[in-house]
Amino acid sequence: MLWLLFFLITAISAELCQPGGKNAFKVRLSIKTALGDKAYVWDTNEEYLFRAMVAFSMRKVPNREATELSHVLLCNVTQRVSFWFVVTDPTSNHTLPAAEVQSAIRMNRNRINNAFLLNDQTLEFLKIPTTLAPPTDPSVPVWIITFGVVFCIVTIAVILLIVSGVRQRRRKNKGPSEVDDSEDKCENAITIENGIPCDSLDTKGGHINEVFLMEDERLTPL
Amino acid sequence: MEKARPLWANPLQFVFACISYAVGLGNVWRFPYLCQMYGGGSFLVPYIIMLIVEGMPLLHLELAVGQRMRQGSIGAWRTISPYLSGVGIASVVVSFFLSMYYNVINAWAFWYLFHSFQDPLPWSVCPLNDNRTGYEEECEKASSTQYFWYRKTLNISPSIQESGALQWEPALCLILAWLVVYLCILRGTESTGKVVYFTASLPYCVLIIYLVRGLTLHGATNGLVYMFTPKVEQLANPKAWINAATQIFFSLGLGFGSLIAFASYNEPSSNCQKHAVLVSLINSCTSIFASVVTFSIYGFKATFNYENCLSKVILLLTNSFDLEDGFLTASNLEEVKDYLASTFPDKYGEVLPQLKNCSLEAELDTAVQGTGLAFIVYTEAIKNMEVSQLWSVLYFLMLLMLGIGSMLGNTAAILTPLTDSEFLSSRLPQEAISGLVCLLNCAMGLLFTLEAGNYWFDIFNDYAATLSLLLIVLVEIVAVCYVYGLRRFESDLEAMTGRPLNWYWKAMWAGVSPLLIVSLFIFYLSDYILTGTLQYQAWDAAQGQLVTKDYPTYALAVIGLLVASSTMCIPLVALGTFLTRRFKKGDAAPVA
Repeated sequence: MLWLLFFLITAISAELCQPGGKNAFKVRLSIKTALGDKAYVWDTNEEYLFRAMVAFSMRKVPNREATELSHVLLCNVTQRVSFWFVVTDPTSNHTLPAAEVQSAIRMNRNRINNAFLLNDQTLEFLKIPTTLAPPTDPSVPVWIITFGVVFCIVTIAVILLIVSGVRQRRRKNKGPSEVDDSEDKCENAITIENGIPCDSLDTKGGHINEVFLMEDERLTPL
Repeated sequence: MEKARPLWANPLQFVFACISYAVGLGNVWRFPYLCQMYGGGSFLVPYIIMLIVEGMPLLHLELAVGQRMRQGSIGAWRTISPYLSGVGIASVVVSFFLSMYYNVINAWAFWYLFHSFQDPLPWSVCPLNDNRTGYEEECEKASSTQYFWYRKTLNISPSIQESGALQWEPALCLILAWLVVYLCILRGTESTGKVVYFTASLPYCVLIIYLVRGLTLHGATNGLVYMFTPKVEQLANPKAWINAATQIFFSLGLGFGSLIAFASYNEPSSNCQKHAVLVSLINSCTSIFASVVTFSIYGFKATFNYENCLSKVILLLTNSFDLEDGFLTASNLEEVKDYLASTFPDKYGEVLPQLKNCSLEAELDTAVQGTGLAFIVYTEAIKNMEVSQLWSVLYFLMLLMLGIGSMLGNTAAILTPLTDSEFLSSRLPQEAISGLVCLLNCAMGLLFTLEAGNYWFDIFNDYAATLSLLLIVLVEIVAVCYVYGLRRFESDLEAMTGRPLNWYWKAMWAGVSPLLIVSLFIFYLSDYILTGTLQYQAWDAAQGQLVTKDYPTYALAVIGLLVASSTMCIPLVALGTFLTRRFKKGDAAPVA
């Protein structure tokens, strides 16, 4: 009698969990790709953990807190490693609707991934889309900051150069006029020929006859 | 008393200025492409021959003219012959067009440089789509680097007719680029002379760093071996020789008037022959050096993509046939494929269309030049290196230095004739003239920041300078050799430098170089005429790739205007001078 019941249950569960069956999900793991040398072997203990994680996810759904390990069925495990699973309803003998299972898995995806040391790409639930991490957008785009700094530096440098150029030119323009002013104020005797200071004669390219200007003492100071 | 002409503080500044001007972006993004297209290592043969026969003589001529006449391009050619001052004006016009669009490249380099300070680099990941279930469609179809270039940087429109709005981000970068150029040319040779130490040497430092990094990358040797293996049959292809001649010609920046301007600030006794040989040799060596770096980067990128393609095929087969994870590797892929094809023919038939044929040669064969190489291919390689932010910053700093170095030459070509003219320099100080030129160029350069701006950029890049320069340099040689007289020029140079002129230069100037330029000119003209309607590459966002389209009529009119406005200067000014002299003679005759 018990054997009959056992066969019945396995037969029913075999019916419920079928590749491509209603409300069934295919799972694919790439353990070697993710962990390389530290890869663990996929055996029944790992399957047990998986069923536990799925049951855990379902228990977090309101109204489904009574989900047990035995309600999660695995079938068709391949070498890949890939398999199908369904979650059965304890009250009736049907599988839970796919939408519920999907939302439960999505909520706890991170926990499931971490339990197996895998990530979204290496532990794939086909038909359950992953929620991609939103990009971290800083409040001010980074490039504007760098741009602002460089822009300010360049603008200040330009202004400095222009201002110093203008000042240099003004100093040059003032230079000759200062010489003209000082000739009235200067105490030292400035040799004067015909009312023109000899210094400015030099700048105008005039020729100085050195016979007359050799010694300053010979000329009468004014 | 005359205001003394500003001089370079020492001859090294002059050499650095010429190197900084000649070594530009073309060395990095055009020469490797030509090398790849025309036979790898064997392309060096026509390149070196053209360097010796065409590059050095023409460079020597321009430097000698500038040093002798001690004026910018307009004044120099007016001194040679009053009828030929149109040549100088044409040079200034071409330089103006060039500086308008060239600084946009610097703006893009700034943009990428500022974006390099993020982790991860913005062009390495695709942005998410609106409901966060996947990536943006355009980014999926193209690649993330292409998406970043076409959508985020340019925000390109589907065709040249749809101009779109002004993009404020590239516009800001353009304003910054012009501010930097203004800063460098503000004080004339005083400031330019100091900046060129930096702009000439920094690219070499970065190239050396990249050479070391590039050669140690995985797969670099694939690229080097593939590219440098000489394909000797290409030597018989006339296009290889024509492209070698064109590359030497444009790479040295002849005909813009920049070299004349730089040389005019030289001491008259400088040895311009030595400078010419030195600058042209350094320019060509830099091209070859840059192509070694580029090919190792190509090799890395191609190997990376090839291995990615293989992994995708392996994953697809592993998933479809539920094979054990890690069983399929690159080495047993082919045998396993045959085994699967024979054992599960139906299932294999289903999977077969999705299986891509991964080929390393196909990846290496993708030849790219221009902005595509600099901003798409290189960034793709950089994003896969470790510490990619550092490599990105270095690379875009190098591009900036190369670009700004060339811009200094361009603006010198425009400013030197302007500051030489009595009319302007007596009314406005030098800072104001430079400022006005920069402002005007910046305002007109905003055209290239429209959504369709890149298409206008391509128009300027392809047509603004090519034909006009050939004509300008041809008239230059003819003017010096036959109008001014080769013997007279030779005696001038000997008197100026104190060294006799080698027979080689005379032979080249009088005979070989003009013939070369005439043949290049004929080739270009016939190429344009035979091609019929001109076409351009437009970015199709839906497909995620470039499509070919025809230019609309008004774009063709702009192209014609670009070429005509510079080339027509020469005959028009000659005619104008002739007529004014005629009238003056006519007026003078009755009085005499």
